[in-house]
Amino acid sequence: MNKPTASPPTKIPSRDIKTIVNAGLARRHAAERRFRWYGLIAITLGLTFVVLMFANIIGKGYPAFWQTYIQVPVTFDAAVIDPQGNRDPQAIETADYAALVRAGMRQLFPNVQGRLELRALYGLVSSDAAHELQDRVLQNPALIGASQEVWLLASASVDTLVKGNIDRALDESERPIKDNQLEWVDKLQAAGKIEKQFNTILFTSGDSREPEQAGIRGALMGSFFTLLVTFLLSFPIGVATAVYLEEFAPKNRWTDLIEVNINNLAAVPSIVFGLLGLAVFINFFGLPRSAPLVGGLVLSLMTLPVIIIAGRAALTSVPPSIREAALGMGASKLQMVGHHVLPLAMPGMLTGSIIGMARALGESAPLLMIGMVAFIVDVPKGFMDPSTVLPVQIYLWSDLPERAFVERTSAAIMVLLAFMILMNGLAILLRKRFERRW
Amino acid sequence: MSTTAIETKVALDQALDLNTAPRKQSSVEVTDYDNRQTVGKITVDNPKMTCRGVNVYYGEKHAIKNVGLDIGANEVIAFIGPSGCGKSTFLRCLNRMNDTIPICRVTGQLRLDHDDIYDKSIDVVQLRARVGMVFQKPNPFPKSIYENVAYGPRIHGMVNTKAELDDLVRESLERAGLIKEVEKRMDEPGTSLSGGQQQRLCIARAIAVNPEVILMDEPCSALDPIATAKIEELIDELRENYTIIIVTHSMQQAARVSQRTAYFHLGDLIEVGETDQIFTNPKHKLTEDYITGRFG
Repeated sequence: MNKPTASPPTKIPSRDIKTIVNAGLARRHAAERRFRWYGLIAITLGLTFVVLMFANIIGKGYPAFWQTYIQVPVTFDAAVIDPQGNRDPQAIETADYAALVRAGMRQLFPNVQGRLELRALYGLVSSDAAHELQDRVLQNPALIGASQEVWLLASASVDTLVKGNIDRALDESERPIKDNQLEWVDKLQAAGKIEKQFNTILFTSGDSREPEQAGIRGALMGSFFTLLVTFLLSFPIGVATAVYLEEFAPKNRWTDLIEVNINNLAAVPSIVFGLLGLAVFINFFGLPRSAPLVGGLVLSLMTLPVIIIAGRAALTSVPPSIREAALGMGASKLQMVGHHVLPLAMPGMLTGSIIGMARALGESAPLLMIGMVAFIVDVPKGFMDPSTVLPVQIYLWSDLPERAFVERTSAAIMVLLAFMILMNGLAILLRKRFERRW
Repeated sequence: MSTTAIETKVALDQALDLNTAPRKQSSVEVTDYDNRQTVGKITVDNPKMTCRGVNVYYGEKHAIKNVGLDIGANEVIAFIGPSGCGKSTFLRCLNRMNDTIPICRVTGQLRLDHDDIYDKSIDVVQLRARVGMVFQKPNPFPKSIYENVAYGPRIHGMVNTKAELDDLVRESLERAGLIKEVEKRMDEPGTSLSGGQQQRLCIARAIAVNPEVILMDEPCSALDPIATAKIEELIDELRENYTIIIVTHSMQQAARVSQRTAYFHLGDLIEVGETDQIFTNPKHKLTEDYITGRFG
């Protein structure tokens, strides 16, 4: 056999190659099969967790897209809305619409007596119901004096009950909804006066202490303004930096140092950028707290290295033959870059930027540092308005105990994930559609 | 322009000297062209470009060693030699494409007509407009065929109207023998053409700016024999109007297209002469070995 010999071998072992290879073949194939199994197991495991996560979020979040309404007969009593009878818009606006709601509720259950009982009855509808009536009247003053069946927003506890999330077997003191309220809701349901409608409030209003009135519009607008600032700052600066470093800068110790530092910056924990933003933009430059402008500045700092690195990679992938062709034609360096290299690298740069922006969209830690974590009801209208962003809104809601906020937390996560998927999809599309291969 | 007998004898003596004694390392500032070691006659009667004492360094590496050579007007001169002998490096000195390599350093004198091309007063943009280049791998811009050819005239501001540009593009494509094939598809990307067509497109692109000299760096090495034949035919036609310098690995190609041939070896210009003479009667041992296929 092939025993190792100290003396110089006189002859190559006479076993033919076929038997030698065949002997090891089974072992090689087994190793390959094992490797495939490892891969399959890893992928299955990964996919299982993704599916679990999505199932959990969607399962918890989808009810938030539906909202319970109660049909209430409302009399737009002229004596309440417009006692003077002169249709003064100011008087109409400040009228006591809550009284109309209360009257409607009493009309539904005329037998309810006593202050406590009545208060429980009025608690079935949201405090927003009065605003709803006010809006209707302001839009259509002809309503005054008329009677109408109006679908009014139910309170969060009714909504939770209707969605089946309150255990009726629990003792009254442990439920957010009392026995008498339970009875009324059952009656209303039997009469078909309770209905679930698509929850537009979630998308049209800002944050609120009342879950049924809380929406993500404010956070969405905050995210939008913040990301706009981030993109407007980091994309041009990032592209210009990448082009300068890759195409124009001399290759020496200084550019090496800059390159190392940019790579390090990309790995800096984001909260550090938040502290930097707090120290520089707010304390030194005196910019307002909680403003999308500051948030955008901080996120730009965080996104810039990502865009620069992606941009440089895109520039390097443009083949040197194109550069030579342009230079050989007598193009100046700037013409070479502007006419040929940059257009070819642009899809890659955009892809990198979008992925960087998606990361910025999901970022919350640095924004906590600059005060974008405040409770803000108004939808921001500009770069200086106090606002919060979607991930921070999720963080805020996840802290609240009400069942309806748990729902909304998951719903907000779904919206955030939808935007992420959209942005990454756009990046993939750009890459597939425009990226050239050589 | 044949070598005189005396010159040949001198050259032969030098060649023998070369083969027996180890060569002296060329120093940077060699200007003693009378004692040049190149075999054959480096000068021509009506030079378009003149190079004297050219040295190229890549960092520490001495890539071109004291090369002197004239390139005649309206001639095709072929640079041949084994891989890494510096023929492409030397070619790229002639339109300063080596400037793009940071560690590359060129010394010596290179003139285009009477202008020192490494002089500070000469802008590379102007130089490269006068000395066009065709590369080894066809490298059309990933734009339309029309845009490829129109690019040079456009950036140099050679035309004023769209009609002028159209004419110039057509004329350049015609001179590159490509017009019939692309007439109907001017808007298609240049990269959609076949390899040979792409290379002719690159030639059309180069001649669109009407250069004085065209450098070709192994223009046929990526092409099949039929496409190669077409390019060679084209080179022959272009000689009427341009001076052409071609680097090639194919000795047959050098023999077919060029009037003069220069043989490079390890950064030295070993021998230069009439193509017929180089291929039938090489005077230097190294040239002979290379041509007869003993190495390469």
